[in-house]
Amino acid sequence: MKMKLLGAIAAVALVAACESTPTETNTGAGSATGPRPGSQEDLVVNVGDRVFFDFDSFSVRPDGRSTLQRQAEWLGRYGSVNVQVAGHADERGTREYNLALGQRRANAARDLLVAQGVAGARVSTISFGKDRPIALGSNEEAWAQNRVAITSVR
Amino acid sequence: MSLIPSAPRLLSDPQVDALRALSLSRRAMLGAGAATLAAAALPGSAAGQGAVIDITRARTDPLPIAVPDFAGATPFGAQIAQVITANLGRSGLFRPVDRRAFITQGAEATPRFADWRAVGAQALVTGRVEQQGERLRVEFRLWDVLPGQQIQGTAYTTPAANWRRIAHICSDAIYERLLGEKGYFDTRIVYIAESGPRDRRIKRLAIMDQDSENHRFLTDGSWLALTPRFHPNVAQVAFMSYQRNEPRVYLFEIDSGRQTLLGAFPGMTFAPRFMPDGNAVLLSAIRGGDANIYVVDLRTRAERRLTSGPSLDVSPSASPDGQQIAFNSDRGGNQQLYVMNADGSNVRRISFGQGRYATPVWSPRGDLIAFTRIAAGSFAIGVMRPDGSGERILSEGYQMEGPTFAPNGRVLAFFRETPARDARGTGYSARLVSIDITGFNERAIPTPTDGSDPAWSPLLP
Repeated sequence: MKMKLLGAIAAVALVAACESTPTETNTGAGSATGPRPGSQEDLVVNVGDRVFFDFDSFSVRPDGRSTLQRQAEWLGRYGSVNVQVAGHADERGTREYNLALGQRRANAARDLLVAQGVAGARVSTISFGKDRPIALGSNEEAWAQNRVAITSVR
Repeated sequence: MSLIPSAPRLLSDPQVDALRALSLSRRAMLGAGAATLAAAALPGSAAGQGAVIDITRARTDPLPIAVPDFAGATPFGAQIAQVITANLGRSGLFRPVDRRAFITQGAEATPRFADWRAVGAQALVTGRVEQQGERLRVEFRLWDVLPGQQIQGTAYTTPAANWRRIAHICSDAIYERLLGEKGYFDTRIVYIAESGPRDRRIKRLAIMDQDSENHRFLTDGSWLALTPRFHPNVAQVAFMSYQRNEPRVYLFEIDSGRQTLLGAFPGMTFAPRFMPDGNAVLLSAIRGGDANIYVVDLRTRAERRLTSGPSLDVSPSASPDGQQIAFNSDRGGNQQLYVMNADGSNVRRISFGQGRYATPVWSPRGDLIAFTRIAAGSFAIGVMRPDGSGERILSEGYQMEGPTFAPNGRVLAFFRETPARDARGTGYSARLVSIDITGFNERAIPTPTDGSDPAWSPLLP
């Protein structure tokens, strides 16, 4: 629970930091007092926990591919950590379709992790469609934040 | 609000239908334990024509009707008249005469028709309530004011706690007698009650009468609940739940609150809808990354896949005869509406307009499919014929979706969302609304909190 909370705080800071187009979480240089290695916070701050998608698309873009590559390397380092990839969609679609779209996004991210050597059993998926948005606005900035697959430590 | 300039003729000829003799069939004995209700025809009924109206003209000419308080046991007589008045007024097809204008109160055995003509009423409803211990006997009579003739008289007996249902049943009888098609007042709406900020939105299954009364929450909100749909017997709903963090379709028994997982699918199941015979549920399931449509038999629990391939096939809805299934799919590049035979064969696309089309729902009359359209930055609710012809948009706005038909196919409910004004989500709302299928009479369906995903029940058994 504590880890989840930290993740949420880090995510808010990230959203505030990129005004227009979302970018992947930067791989900030770890410091001596940084997050505990292998933790959710470590993933968010030092690896990047989210992969963004274009409208009505589940193709992982090049920026997302490099995030997933870092996630795969990180998971290789912490072999006992399991993760869940949650797929989301923006509000500009119908609920049931967006549930399917969110699932496809989560699967696309998971498939790339598995392709890079992560055991499939370590990566579960879930879709929230448009029902757990990350950004609460009704504009393109918010929608871009919400077309996302978010990896979290389970 | 309507984008349709004139009401099209989609309905059977009500003038002819209204001449049918009154059938007491469905109302004759309404079972269901304590809710037992008996109906009996009163003497004096005559098949008159006078007050029949043409519903295709109703937009400009709602029928003036007077519903004075029913005589007898208080407070039931006044309450029943009020519920009937509100039902008929909300339909947009009747114009209840303002009771302050009444010259007489209608308690006489034979109404003083001159007094009702003088206040402009063309139809008159009178009634009497007798309390017999725990039970009520409610009789009502429908009069055609111009010829001064009774056109219906029926009596019901029921536990007193059931007085609202009597009022709805009377409303349906009046509606059917004067408009020539079945009413939709003795019905319920199940929906998702929403509260809290959107990133932590609490979504609870809730149910109420179609007039928003008898509201009840069915789940406690500790997990997301989405997209409830009624079983044809109205005793059960299928819905999607995130309990245990595993989004799946469940069956929910309304009276007991008992929930059962539907099917043994390895991944997410969603978008449930009962087959019209109530013996099977259509749903979408994710398997191997594909979203396909399945039918799950409720007796054997056997599941059968109806669509295949990598496309997203979601939101199935069967025709009233169970022979065809409408759904939406991105197989052609983006979301469009398709119809297939109930065994999955003969898939054909039916939507060809601008934009994306979603959430097809078959009318209980079988004549129309309602849908959500997303085009040019706005959402709309519309209807088209099952072959894709005759597309009409009924309502348009920032976001709206989830049309559901009242059982007579005459009225739709759906939900409207307003956009957030800022990054904190201020100003966002989701509200239930109803609209006539001609595109007029859009009005809010009041709910205690925000609401979404409405499903309108059949007439109560």
